[in-house]
Amino acid sequence: MKLTGAQIFVECLKEQKVEVLFGIPGGVLLPIFDVLYDAPIKFILARHEQGAAHMADGYARVTGEVGVCIATSGPGATNLTTGLATAHMDSIPMVAFTGQVATSLIGNDAFQEADTTGITRSITKHNYLVKDVKNLAKIIREAFYIARSGRPGPVLIDLPADVQKAVTEFSSSGKKVEIRSYKPNCSGHLQQIKKAVELISKSKQPVIYAGGGVVLSGGSKQLRELAEITQIPVTTTLMGMGSFPSNSELFLGMLGMHGTHYANFAMQRSDLIIAVGSRFDDRITAKIDAFAPQARIIHIDIDPTSISKNVKVDIPIVGDVKNVLKKLNEIVLQEKDKFRKNRLEKWHGQIKKWKEVNPLKYKKDDKLRPQFIMEKIHEATKGKAIIVTEVGQNQMWAQQFYKYDYPRHFLTSGGLGTMGYGFPAAIGAKIACPEKLVFDIAGDGSFQMNIQELATAAQNKIAVIVVVLNNNCLGMVRQWQELFYKKRYSATLFSGNPDFVKVAEAYNLEGLRITKKEEVEPALKKAIAMKKTVVLDFHIEKEENVFPMVPAGVPLDEIISGLA
Amino acid sequence: MRHTIVVLVENKSGVLARIAGLFSARGFNIDSLSVGETEDSTISRMTIVVRGDEQILEQVMKQLNKLIDVIKVSDFLNVSHVERDLVMIKVKANSSTRSEILQIVDIFRAKIIDVSAKTLIIEMTGNKGKIEALIKMLQPFEIEELARTGIIAMSRGMNKTKIENK
Ligand SMILES: Cc1ncc(C[n+]2csc(CCOP(=O)(O)OP(=O)(O)O)c2C)c(N)n1
Repeated sequence: MKLTGAQIFVECLKEQKVEVLFGIPGGVLLPIFDVLYDAPIKFILARHEQGAAHMADGYARVTGEVGVCIATSGPGATNLTTGLATAHMDSIPMVAFTGQVATSLIGNDAFQEADTTGITRSITKHNYLVKDVKNLAKIIREAFYIARSGRPGPVLIDLPADVQKAVTEFSSSGKKVEIRSYKPNCSGHLQQIKKAVELISKSKQPVIYAGGGVVLSGGSKQLRELAEITQIPVTTTLMGMGSFPSNSELFLGMLGMHGTHYANFAMQRSDLIIAVGSRFDDRITAKIDAFAPQARIIHIDIDPTSISKNVKVDIPIVGDVKNVLKKLNEIVLQEKDKFRKNRLEKWHGQIKKWKEVNPLKYKKDDKLRPQFIMEKIHEATKGKAIIVTEVGQNQMWAQQFYKYDYPRHFLTSGGLGTMGYGFPAAIGAKIACPEKLVFDIAGDGSFQMNIQELATAAQNKIAVIVVVLNNNCLGMVRQWQELFYKKRYSATLFSGNPDFVKVAEAYNLEGLRITKKEEVEPALKKAIAMKKTVVLDFHIEKEENVFPMVPAGVPLDEIISGLA
Repeated sequence: MRHTIVVLVENKSGVLARIAGLFSARGFNIDSLSVGETEDSTISRMTIVVRGDEQILEQVMKQLNKLIDVIKVSDFLNVSHVERDLVMIKVKANSSTRSEILQIVDIFRAKIIDVSAKTLIIEMTGNKGKIEALIKMLQPFEIEELARTGIIAMSRGMNKTKIENK
């Protein structure tokens, strides 16, 4: 049948089972929006394209499906870029569409023209400029395939105005996409896996270091099996939170700059690190020359470029984490006698001691403390909520003092550290999982970076609970200035913050101010009972800090505890 | 270490920018880069000559492989192969110097492809060493313009840089 480019766009989205599209229209996208008007796809009208991109990202993170967003040419496309870069750094499957000026005008500095494929080349997994409507369906199918396969990531398709209007033959396709130049290796080399098992069986002080790849591959169950049969303790990265149950004896919490003492000690003293879907980022290794000096390293990752990039690896295993762990566990089970339960007794004893001496802690006085708020949120939600964060201290407190037991329940901009990510991502998550409680744990700075999305929440009746940990400053930067720049608070203190309760009310949403410890529980109860977005404005101390902390440039076990 | 890297890519716009971007983003200087269609018109072949730290180069090779439009990447460092570079040199020539230049051209088995009252254009194919020797010999006559294609390379015998096993 003959269809226009705009119609093909919608047909292909249906083919990919896209239920929700996030975005903002514009001149060059009019043909597409006209078709969308009566298409069976829910359109969420954002208030800023960055918001739309983060919504698609949040939707993707909780579902594991491809999140889809759309923006107009020029400023619409440039506004999307932060969202694309955020998704790219965290390997989130997304397809973004942008309008483009007509093909005949490209390169002429036409109205609202930007070189979108040029601008986004390094912040997408791949991108396309569609120059002929005949290629449109193929490109959209490829884009979805590329976004979700291998190491996932965002793919952008730039759609000129005339291509949307041009007509061509279209037939729906159930065929698998084949790209000769793109064949991700998912299975993992058996010989390498056998070598890994051998090394694991001989180790005396092993640690599993699990990252976002475990969540992305759906390998949490396999990770737990591996840890349980081998009795190896597990630490996760920020992106890996929830891939391993926090209530397990084997769990060490997060490692790295704001990781626990015991996770960092265990890494530094280990004789074997089993890296699973993680990438030895600089927030993890701290001073790289001093990182885990005695450890041999097994590295399981789908992306060969992640392996031996920052640290040299002894046994690389390229493959999908879930597939590789399945095989690895099979072999471990076959050789069970090499993995006697008590063989790591001494190591477990050591770790237990570290845990006792240096637990995560905070000052328990009658002040309203963010750590206490997080604990109360955990209590009120029984650990079942989806917690989305902004960036800064809020992000670290959210990570440290809420316990994560399930994958896809902790959403945060780990790689790029994008302030303003949390609130729109929480909206996307709530749309994907309406039956779940969704919290955005925010700083007053970050929340104001995409606060306009309150209108999106109001218009679409989306109930997200925004927890503003309001310290009236850019807390994390202020903390560094306090510790390393003699408290010279250069451009980090706010005056002029709005009344967040009134802001919420102005959007016809709810707002509550909490200034005392005893108000926390009732406020949370109230917020949870309300079926619309609530902004909880928690007034906390300006000079509250995140500890433990490993400052930049020192070894991972040179930790500032903070509390006297 | 100098590496000659041969990359087979989809013959599409944007591919060159992606590859150049990989090198430039890491501050890698490319000695030479040449691109052209292959026996299959949907595939282009790039020959990239770079110098750099082995570990970084290994990372770049992996990154090249990761690009969606890249079909195959081979490093010719330990592969028996031939390399050629084509150069065109416009050199000043008058009645008193012309015959001396012609002699040099002869010795190098180069070719004259253009003659004017004041200049000659000399074409030669060869490896880096030979081309540099020719340039050196011609410098005293004053080189007006010089253009090189950059190295292209091919493995010897039946070792084919084909598209299987990315
Ligand atoms: C878009 C963006 N701009 C700047 C930064 C640098 N930065 C990191 S944390 C931070 C402070 C965040 O302040 P706030 O959101 O109030 O959170 P808090 O640390 O106080 O919890 C800043 C400015 C960033 N990560 N992202």
